[in-house]
Amino acid sequence: MGFLERLFGRGEPSSGRVAKERLRLVLTQDRAGISPALLDTLKDDIITVISRHLDVDVDSVQVTVTQSNRESSLVADIPLKDQRGTRQG
Amino acid sequence: MAEDNTDTRVVTITSGKGGVGKTTLTANLGVALAMRGQRVVVIDADVGLRNLDVMLGLENRIVYDLVDVIEERCRLRQAVVRHKHLSKLFLLPAAQTRDKTAVGVQDMLGICAELVKDHDVILIDSPAGIERGFRYAIAPANEVLIVTNPEVPAARDADRVIGLIEAEEKGPARLVINRIKPKLVERGEMLSIADVVELLAIDLIGVVPEDQDVLIAANRGQPLAVSPDGSLAGHAFHNIARRMLGEDVPFQPLREPGVFERFLRFVSPGVNASPRRI
Repeated sequence: MGFLERLFGRGEPSSGRVAKERLRLVLTQDRAGISPALLDTLKDDIITVISRHLDVDVDSVQVTVTQSNRESSLVADIPLKDQRGTRQG
Repeated sequence: MAEDNTDTRVVTITSGKGGVGKTTLTANLGVALAMRGQRVVVIDADVGLRNLDVMLGLENRIVYDLVDVIEERCRLRQAVVRHKHLSKLFLLPAAQTRDKTAVGVQDMLGICAELVKDHDVILIDSPAGIERGFRYAIAPANEVLIVTNPEVPAARDADRVIGLIEAEEKGPARLVINRIKPKLVERGEMLSIADVVELLAIDLIGVVPEDQDVLIAANRGQPLAVSPDGSLAGHAFHNIARRMLGEDVPFQPLREPGVFERFLRFVSPGVNASPRRI
C-alpha cells in the first residue's frame, strides 16, 4: 500500500489490522466453543421462534458472540419489520 | 542441610504452539535470575526432545536425567548439573531416548518438592502442546509464563493454554511476547503488542524483539542474557527477570528512536511513540 493511500485511508486494510480481526474472531469462537456453522443454526432457529410472534426482518438478523475480557456472550440483533403500514386505523 | 524454602517460586514456561521461543526464554531467564543472586534450577520437561542443555552449553556435562531420577537409577542431586560460569544456575536435563509417558504429575510434584529446599526459583520448560507433557509441566507451578509470537496461530494457541491454566487455578498467567519486529508493527504489517494484550486479556510481563544476537549467542552455547550489552533482546530478558523479582521496570522502546523521531519529540514533546513502547 502506498504512502498516499494510507494517508488518506484508502486501499486495503493493513495485514496487521486484518490479523487482529481474524484473531479476534477465532478467539471468540474458540472460547465459547461456537463454530460459524452453529451460529448459523442458532440464527435460523431464533428466526423461526420469534417469527411465530413477530414480523422479523429476516435478512438483517445478526447472531454473534462478543467478548468482554474473557467472558463470552451470545448477542442476537433481531430487527422487526416496520409495522406502521399494517397497523389498523 | 538447607532449610525448607517455602517461598520458592515454581514457574512453568509454556506456549501451546511449538517454536515460539520457550526454551530460549527459559535459558535466558535462568541466566538473568542467577546473575541477580537467585539460586535457580531450570528443568527441561520436554522428554524425548531435549534442548535446554544445548541452549545453556551444558550438553557435554550430562550424566543422568529427569527419567533416571524418576526410575531411581540415580539420586536427584546427581542429575542436576551446575552451569559452567554461573555458580547459582543449575539444570535438570530431560531424557532424550524416552518419551513423555515416562513422567507423571506425581513425579514432577515430588522432584519439585525436593528442589525447593535448595533453590529460590524453579523454572520448568514445558513441552509444546496441551497433552501429557504440558500437564505434568504445569502441575507443580505456582506461577505460569505464557510465551507467544505476534502471529494469529501462536496467539490462538496461547489463548487455549491460558484457558486451561485458568481452569487449573494456577493463578493468573503472565504473557511474554517474543520475536516482535518493530518495523513491521510500525508499517501495520504485524500484530502490535497492544493488539495481542487486548485480545488475550492477560497481564504482560515482557516483550522481546526479534534479534539475531539471540541466535548467535545460542550458537556458542552461551545465552544472550550472560552478556546483554548493546542487545535489546538481552536487556528484555533481564527486564523480565527484574519484573519477576518485583521490580517496577518500565517497558522500554523496542528500538532506538531515529533522527526524525527525535526531531518530532523535540518540537512536540507530548507526542510519544507509544505503540512501540509498552
